[in-house]
Amino acid sequence: MASHDAHTGRSAGLFANPGTSSFTDFLGGYSPDLLPGSRSLPEGASAGDEIPHGTTIVAVTFPGGVVMAGDRRATAGNVIAQRDVEKVFRADEFSAIAVAGTAGLGMELVRLFQVELEHYEKREGRTLSVEGKANRLATMVRGNLAMAMQGLAVVPLFAGYDEARAEGRIFSYDPAGGRYEERDFHAIGSGSVFARGSLKKLFRRDLSADDAALACVHALYDAADDDSATGGPDLARGIYPVVAVVTAEGYRRLGEDEVGAVARAVVEGRYDAPGGPTAPLR
Amino acid sequence: MPFYVSPEQQMKDKADYARKGIARGRSVVVLQYADGILFVADNPSRALHKISEIYDRIAFAAVGKYNEFENLRLGGVRYADVNGYQYDRRDVTARGLANVYAQSLGTIFTETNKPYEVELVVAEVGEDAETDQIYRLTFDGSVADEHGYVAMGGQAEAVAQSLKERYVEGAPLADALRSAVRSLEAQDSERRLKAESLEVAVLDRNREHRLFKRLPAARIGELLGPVDD
Repeated sequence: MASHDAHTGRSAGLFANPGTSSFTDFLGGYSPDLLPGSRSLPEGASAGDEIPHGTTIVAVTFPGGVVMAGDRRATAGNVIAQRDVEKVFRADEFSAIAVAGTAGLGMELVRLFQVELEHYEKREGRTLSVEGKANRLATMVRGNLAMAMQGLAVVPLFAGYDEARAEGRIFSYDPAGGRYEERDFHAIGSGSVFARGSLKKLFRRDLSADDAALACVHALYDAADDDSATGGPDLARGIYPVVAVVTAEGYRRLGEDEVGAVARAVVEGRYDAPGGPTAPLR
Repeated sequence: MPFYVSPEQQMKDKADYARKGIARGRSVVVLQYADGILFVADNPSRALHKISEIYDRIAFAAVGKYNEFENLRLGGVRYADVNGYQYDRRDVTARGLANVYAQSLGTIFTETNKPYEVELVVAEVGEDAETDQIYRLTFDGSVADEHGYVAMGGQAEAVAQSLKERYVEGAPLADALRSAVRSLEAQDSERRLKAESLEVAVLDRNREHRLFKRLPAARIGELLGPVDD
């Protein structure tokens, strides 16, 4: 169709190369400056601490779905850049994505991924499999490798409901685009070490959706307890973690009231036991 | 040595050619109803769609040659997604999309030997019936702003005439669907359309986020009610 596209000005290229159903691939040819990975950075510069970073994300599976939660803090060096930032998002009807690392690039990655999934769905008339979505995300993370090497790393966590297996699944990534499927639960970001330790003791195979959400909020509390870059529930301002549940019914973000009640219960429980719930020793 | 053909004759021949191609196919109707915009196609295929989602509030319906309107549909999805990504989801409009299609169809009609044998509707559902937008595009790139209802495809005139008699402003979904189906049956006196041979979708302003929804055959049958022979 190139012959007529030459005359249509702004719409040139829209009808060319009808083969690809990937929005990112199309944009790479049509308007590459819109893609995060194709930007060049000055040699040797390191943006490091100046730019806000998002921190801890946790995800927990339960029979019939998966819960994902993130704290609300973004930090730039020792400064709290934002105390109500959102890092957990709806990717499509049956999946959620969250990002840790350079906040600006992370938001861009999420937006691009959301369009990528919807674009595929509209063009092909079907949704991608969970693995297909996870692989697509890996390619997009890999595109950001050059920036990651200069201190602008972004790492997502992906959780989806697998309709074929009727279960929730979690995928983690490294900055080079490595994709790893996680069993049971996972955490990423600066407070992830503490969150993962916490989840290790709280996780059961038979959690309900509500209990999985509670475990996530506990894990985020533990992360905030020991990591200065992770924000705990802010009862004074009414800022609570973002918690999303993905099941056969689709993606649902818990309302402020629901999360508020969970967060208050967690904080109140900590007055008696600052370490949180204990696991049986024997 | 080719004969000289005047530009008038050339355009007329192309237009006749395109019209004939479109008239061979079955019809599609688009009409406003109480909760938004209803699309009904006489199309028994479950895989090859004549009605599709373009964006949150925008849908596309087409008649004519499948590979040609499919190419336009894919381009439209790209247009919408690029603009929504670059600006904001609210900045993607049916008017903008209709312009892109008009440019593209107009150029193809004048510059190439074979015009596209297609006719399209691009519709956007608004906050209320007043702000709904329906654009009809023909093979030569002309755009018409329509209100209420549109019929296109083979026997479009008979269908439009029948629709004119039946169309009621602000009708509920079941009534609007019944009028649409009865009108499509006007394509030919013997024609009786069952739920399985219809492709039906709505842009329902009461839905959230993505307002486009296909209706499965079971739901169509339910809305049409018992068949009166």
